[in-house]
Amino acid sequence: MSTRRIFAQPARYAAIAPYLWMVLFFLVPFGFVLKISLSQTAIAQPPYVPVFDFAEGWAAINAAFAQLSMDNFRLLVSDNLYLSSYLRSLIVAVASTLILLLIGYPIAYGMARLPQRWQAIAMMLVIVPFWTSFLIRIYAWINILQHDGLLNTVLLALHLVSAPVVWLSTDTAMYIGIVYSYLPFMILPLYATLSKMDPALLEAASDLGASPQQAFWLVTFPLSLPGVGAGALLCFIPIVGEFVIPDLLAGSGSMMIGQTLWLEFFTNKDWPVAAAAAVALLVLLVLPLLLYDRLQRRTLEGGR
Amino acid sequence: MTERSPDIDTPKIDAVAAPAKPVPPAEEIPLLRIQGVSKTFGSFPAVDRLSLDIRAGEFFALLGPSGCGKTTLLRMLAGFETPDEGRILLGGRDIAPVLPHERPVNMMFQNYALFPHLSVRDNIAFGLKRAGMARAAIDTRLAEMVALVKLEGMEKRKPDQLSGGQRQRVALARSLARRPKVLLLDEPLAALDKKLRESTQQELMELQRRLGMTFIVVTHDQEEAMTMANRIGVMNAGRLEQVATPRDLYEAPASRWVAEFVGDVNLFDGEVTSHEHHRLTIATRDGGAIVVAVPRQLVAKSPVSVAVRPEKVRLSRPGPVSDAANAQPINRLEGVVTDVGYLGGSSVYKVKLDSGAVVRSSMANTARLDIDTLGAGQRVVAWFTPDDCVVLEQ
Repeated sequence: MSTRRIFAQPARYAAIAPYLWMVLFFLVPFGFVLKISLSQTAIAQPPYVPVFDFAEGWAAINAAFAQLSMDNFRLLVSDNLYLSSYLRSLIVAVASTLILLLIGYPIAYGMARLPQRWQAIAMMLVIVPFWTSFLIRIYAWINILQHDGLLNTVLLALHLVSAPVVWLSTDTAMYIGIVYSYLPFMILPLYATLSKMDPALLEAASDLGASPQQAFWLVTFPLSLPGVGAGALLCFIPIVGEFVIPDLLAGSGSMMIGQTLWLEFFTNKDWPVAAAAAVALLVLLVLPLLLYDRLQRRTLEGGR
Repeated sequence: MTERSPDIDTPKIDAVAAPAKPVPPAEEIPLLRIQGVSKTFGSFPAVDRLSLDIRAGEFFALLGPSGCGKTTLLRMLAGFETPDEGRILLGGRDIAPVLPHERPVNMMFQNYALFPHLSVRDNIAFGLKRAGMARAAIDTRLAEMVALVKLEGMEKRKPDQLSGGQRQRVALARSLARRPKVLLLDEPLAALDKKLRESTQQELMELQRRLGMTFIVVTHDQEEAMTMANRIGVMNAGRLEQVATPRDLYEAPASRWVAEFVGDVNLFDGEVTSHEHHRLTIATRDGGAIVVAVPRQLVAKSPVSVAVRPEKVRLSRPGPVSDAANAQPINRLEGVVTDVGYLGGSSVYKVKLDSGAVVRSSMANTARLDIDTLGAGQRVVAWFTPDDCVVLEQ
């Protein structure tokens, strides 16, 4: 009881910390972005109107409010450029997440079945690429994939192809880059769930007449779904907004939404449209998150 | 799988033997035959050239301390471990090449290993679906099983919405649902509290008798084994020390190790000095000359140990012994009570003999009022008859 009283006050303050963080570094900046998304572009500093100036009194602020409009959002849904960027982002993210799952699951499964002391080593090997800068690793891929790069050299030497294949600036190169970069984020949550599973459950399944394949699909896989969800989400969301990998590895034919944002912000200097695109992207990403949250809560309640 | 009984209250399970059939005579071909089976983990021999026959319809207990190999033996029967040597015959057929999911044997796991994502219903039906049973047949069998373990109304719950006792029942129903020839139970009651354990023991026995199924239970709890099993195999360091009925195990232990492992015992080490009529006289270091009944199998080696269970040792106040009593070959050891442990129904007395050794005696508290109890410091005679003694090789 006394320990509870001692810790009650600081604990209450500590509980505020994440909210404070969210307000300061997410909600307030998001408010700015939202406001800009409702403004109009202008050749000025900053490059949009209206600008709230609290020094000029209530009338000016009210006038500024009146100037805000949804025009940019209307542009987003009417212009093909944005719709196709969103669509491409979603397609790339879904496809990459599926590929990641197909590659990551067997790796995580294999890791979880290694003898205990090998598991730590396998874990290290998964994490070790993070020790090199992300950009350097992507440039390394450019090197490997270019016309006279390692991949073509090997393929030619093995007589698998007769002429160098164009890898760089294709979607294949982009998918290679994305899958390579995000694989650890898929493996780690999957490994965490799979390694926690009681091996007696598989024995029980086998005892009750399930073949190894049946035991996997009826027991292991359903029990690993929380890990699948976490891994998929951890990959899907950042891939949707990915800018660097498609910019460096994919062709210039079509853009992902991250690239479109960059274009609007830095090339066109159209902050309001870029801000509107960013707000729309956020809404797009929050939806699957809420869905996952509901799903998770349902399994939790079902488990109780 | 065969036809189902429409009467769910008294399910008839067609195992190998008919329901309520008495344990068949030993001449009959045993259902399960374990021949010279060994299993080594690294350099540790978990099971060491072990042979054992188990008859159909038997409730057999494998009893031993942890690490004695009893669970490994059970896992070899289930197919989770492969013997390094030896054969396991089920109904005359070698089951070594039969994979676990194809064996007509089911196991109830120590921590139940219920599938957490499946309801009670789906847990029990898991094995039936794998056997490719028709939907209607599964439903009937399910209702039968749920009634058998008294879980009506719980079918839709998930394992973590159940109490420990209910989980145990689900595990039991799940392992019985396929009507295995042999049911293996790995410490089936270890996770239950004492009261529930006792009532569940009774239920397991009743169930086994009713189904006529062969049960093999692994336990470290001797009381549990004694209560439930027809026969008990006591294991130590990968070998069977003795296979006997509960009574024989207690009253006629085959070795000093068994005598000490099963129940409490007083041991006197000594040498056989004379052998006349039906009596052996053994000169012991701590108890002087002890007269014992000649054992069924004469011990070959000397030195020997005389084992006497504490409840066979009676205490009296020292006094003149009548000539008639003196004529009986009764062993009398004099000493002083040092400690009395009151257990309710009985009391355990520690008596320090004049030789310095301590003898334990357990006597029923038959009188409610303590007019004549023996207290610490009381000088007593601890006595027992030759028939109360078992002679064991050291």
